[in-house]
Amino acid sequence: MSSAKPQTGPDAVTRLLAGYRPLPGVSDELLDAAGAVRPAWRGFISHVAAMAPEEISHRISQGDQYLRDAGVFFRQYGDGQAERAWPLSHIPVIVHESEWGTITEGLIQRADLLESIVADLYGSQRLVMEGHLPASLVAMSPEWLRPLVGVRPRSGQFLHFIAFEIARGPDGQWWVLGDRVQAPSGAGFALENRVATARVFPDHYARANIHRLAGFFRAFRDMMNDLRGDTDSRVGILTPGRLNDTYFEHAYIARYLGFMLLEGEDLTVENGQVMVRTIAGLEPVSVLWRRIDAAFADPLELNEQSRLGVPGLVEAVRRGQLAVVNALGTGILETRALLAFMPRIAQALLDEPLKLPNIATWWCGQESERAHVLAHADRMMIGEALSTRMLFDSEDRTHLGATLAERQQSLSDMIDRRGPMLVGQEAVTLSTTPAMVDGALTPRPMSLRVFLARTPRGWRAMPGGYARIGRSQDATAIAMQRGGSVADVWVLSDKPVRNETLLPSPAAPYKRSRRVELPSRAADNLFWMGRYVERAEGLIRMLRAWHVRLAEAGRDDTPLLTHVRSFPGFHDADPTSEAPGALLAAISAATASASQVRDRFSIDGWNALNDLAASAQAELGNVSPGHASARALGRLLHRVTGFSGLVHENMYRFAGWRFLSIGRSLERAVNMCEALAWFAAEAAPEGALDLVVEVGDSVLTHRRLYAVATGRSTVIDLLACDANNPRSVLYQLAEMKEQVSFLPGAQEADGMSELSRAILKLHAEIAVAAPEDIDTARLMDLRADLWRASDLLTQAYLR
Amino acid sequence: MIYDIRLTIEYVYRAPVAGGRHVLYMTPSQASSQRVITSLLDITPAPDERIAMTDFFGNTAVEVAFRAPHAEIAFRLRARVERIAPEDKPDISPALPALASELAGLRSLAADSPHHFLADSPRVRAQPEFEAYARAQVADDKQTVCAIVASIGQALDRDLTFDPGSTNVDTPPEEAFAARHGVCQDFTHIMIACLRSIGIPAGYVSGFLRTRPPPGEERLEGADAMHAWVRAWCGGATGWVEYDPTNGIWVKDQHIAVAHGRDYGDVAPVRGVVRTSGGQTSKQAVDVMPLGET
Repeated sequence: MSSAKPQTGPDAVTRLLAGYRPLPGVSDELLDAAGAVRPAWRGFISHVAAMAPEEISHRISQGDQYLRDAGVFFRQYGDGQAERAWPLSHIPVIVHESEWGTITEGLIQRADLLESIVADLYGSQRLVMEGHLPASLVAMSPEWLRPLVGVRPRSGQFLHFIAFEIARGPDGQWWVLGDRVQAPSGAGFALENRVATARVFPDHYARANIHRLAGFFRAFRDMMNDLRGDTDSRVGILTPGRLNDTYFEHAYIARYLGFMLLEGEDLTVENGQVMVRTIAGLEPVSVLWRRIDAAFADPLELNEQSRLGVPGLVEAVRRGQLAVVNALGTGILETRALLAFMPRIAQALLDEPLKLPNIATWWCGQESERAHVLAHADRMMIGEALSTRMLFDSEDRTHLGATLAERQQSLSDMIDRRGPMLVGQEAVTLSTTPAMVDGALTPRPMSLRVFLARTPRGWRAMPGGYARIGRSQDATAIAMQRGGSVADVWVLSDKPVRNETLLPSPAAPYKRSRRVELPSRAADNLFWMGRYVERAEGLIRMLRAWHVRLAEAGRDDTPLLTHVRSFPGFHDADPTSEAPGALLAAISAATASASQVRDRFSIDGWNALNDLAASAQAELGNVSPGHASARALGRLLHRVTGFSGLVHENMYRFAGWRFLSIGRSLERAVNMCEALAWFAAEAAPEGALDLVVEVGDSVLTHRRLYAVATGRSTVIDLLACDANNPRSVLYQLAEMKEQVSFLPGAQEADGMSELSRAILKLHAEIAVAAPEDIDTARLMDLRADLWRASDLLTQAYLR
Repeated sequence: MIYDIRLTIEYVYRAPVAGGRHVLYMTPSQASSQRVITSLLDITPAPDERIAMTDFFGNTAVEVAFRAPHAEIAFRLRARVERIAPEDKPDISPALPALASELAGLRSLAADSPHHFLADSPRVRAQPEFEAYARAQVADDKQTVCAIVASIGQALDRDLTFDPGSTNVDTPPEEAFAARHGVCQDFTHIMIACLRSIGIPAGYVSGFLRTRPPPGEERLEGADAMHAWVRAWCGGATGWVEYDPTNGIWVKDQHIAVAHGRDYGDVAPVRGVVRTSGGQTSKQAVDVMPLGET
């Protein structure tokens, strides 16, 4: 740490803010119009001013380290599907609770209004009949889902969890930029931003009166559980899967709230009831928090191209056996042109004006509006009327009218030709907030995402949220399309706040939550992850043995090396040039399987697997055959056994772990059968037996047990029949027998399941066999029997 | 005219599929222009669930679910329907500008509202070539909407070649129009696109066509499978009219309607077809005979 004396007092603040210059004509969150620090920021800014610059940067790197360790990332479509580091701007946005109260009051009014509008559009359609909304606008929206017209949601309400994007204009007034009701993301990221930011400023966060977020999530979780009614059923989060840009958040929030993370293929519908396929059969689901767009929820009645949805889901909703949050069809509320009608609808439905105005909007489907937009094009953004994207979405095609107005003719042509498809919106400017840029606080434009959840006592706002920070000084809303960073939002109280957490308090009587069966798809992924990791380990050991002997012999055509090269486990791949590719493929298949079960897989395990993948790429990249390769493979072996150890030592023995473990045992047994069949064959050359003992990691054991050179029967005895050698086939069969006995249905009414019987039989056969009886043919039969056991497992649990 | 209708649709999967859920639009609809006397839909294997439903547009459909693996499904319809030819009425429909203002004043999202049939739908999207073609068929801005419908329908009948095998159920109308080839589904989608492009609300009707013509008349195209034609809105006073562009005729008493929607996707006879890696074949057979000729 720095030896510089901590500086405090007004001088330090002055120094800290010496270079901070708000933009002319733009509000700033930190400084008021006179250039004084706003009251809500004073405590925080004094705290930061008292820190030496090195300390600040050290703290910031601690926050980033937390995010890396927690595995927070985001994914961009069309970006090579790469995971990107989370772009946290470490300086929070601070809002005083009195101002926050005004904001949430306005947003709650808006939430009620949105609920009334959507209930009307799917119900009596008074808004259209009385002329408050044009029928043609509703009819042409792809988000107005005709199969849902006339269907009342099971809970009686369409909206349960929504978000608003808001910003502050130059006059200091807050504006609503857009409504998010389809599948609002960001609440989980808001949590992670909070944890990371609290790590950057831990002492200040602990004593400043900043509202905590957990109470909000508890209320939301309770509401979701209540939506089940008195049924014995589950709550699930329906995700489009791991390729979605916010999949991390889906997995995170599923873990945080204790809901099942489900994909369409996990679900089926029987007699109007949605069921999840688990390893113990079908189980009812009555509440789904969907993170997919409604049109994709049911290929039968909605978008027929969808591969993400569940056929029959709409029927389940229609029968009142499924509550969807938010209801299917609510996406129409995000239609940009709807903003043009909100002030009038507020008057019609609530008989009061909007407490928080939304961004002024004109729909060009109407004559006078069209003329207005044309006449004021230089102060407008021109965009798609039916778009449900936010303005700053990089894929949005909104343009500043000013740029189009230069080509006056083209704008009026465009509006004439496509009027009903276009809106004009006032080109708003955002306020700025401090961000740390190259070690100095600098004003950057920002907008806030605020979340609301419905509770039995009405809407409740998350006291905090998710701020987007622009990447340049350009404060026009549309500039946010160019991306930037995100920041935590602190709502400051004058009084001490309750320190809440979602973890049960130690004083409360401990209650184990009800057992929830593992979805079959998750079990399948864990099983295959176990297999792939073991396959990788087997390949590493075999390749290392190859390179060690290559180095010893100095040539690759000795009888032993020729024999190794044609080992069936290489599938005709050349051990030097091609087999490393197969190894990388096994590792990346393991990572792919793991990435589909991130909600069930520890962060340490995930990181260890990613380290393994990264070091495999690096180690195998450009290494010469022989000694160097053998050493590189040795290092890789450490990584892989490190990962296996982590899984074996630290993972709770849930059903998921059992599938992983069975996959590993099965693969290891199959590989050992294959290796023994080849290297302990009668015709195998000199040195083959030693090689297979080495690949089986049993050199020392062999020496200790037999005190003689390797012979066929000692090798078979040790690697196939020895119940105490963790590398032997018999040991793996015992492991599988044990794990399978814990699976649902292992004991059926009429005795054992087919899978249990099959494994028990194999185990008994090998247990009583003499090494001499186990020849190559018998080993190949055993391998085929193991594959059959794998098929039985798949049939019973994984589909 | 009373017809006996037989329709069989069969699917054979090369590898059995695990189960499936379908929505069927196969049974004739009850309407002022037709009276359903009997209608029986037989399904093998027997589905585990069978639910009768009415969709947004008022069509009747059947939802079925199979839980057991199956390699074949057969849907067989037997129906007797009386079809009533609409009366010939004088053309009182407005010209295009008047149609537009009538639409603008129409505050309704009811099932029959023309607003549902003006914008893009999943399988029919606005394209400049449709608008150019449609405008070329309009005589002047005094021509009535009904006359324009007939004029566009006749033009398509003249310019497009009926050609089974040139397209499939998923061929986009743009593609069929560029090739000037297609079957009734393509003719219908193209005509819908043309009408919508100049502001005439238009939708898709699926149904049956009399198999053999009355004595002395020409056989109509599209009688070997389920047929499709267009319905267009010609203003409040006239309402919806139906035109068959594949044959270049107004729909009278040789067409029997099953369902209508915005395009084929809304009324496909069998929705939710399982696509298997092994592939599949399907067969369709239709027989529509006036009572007494069977």
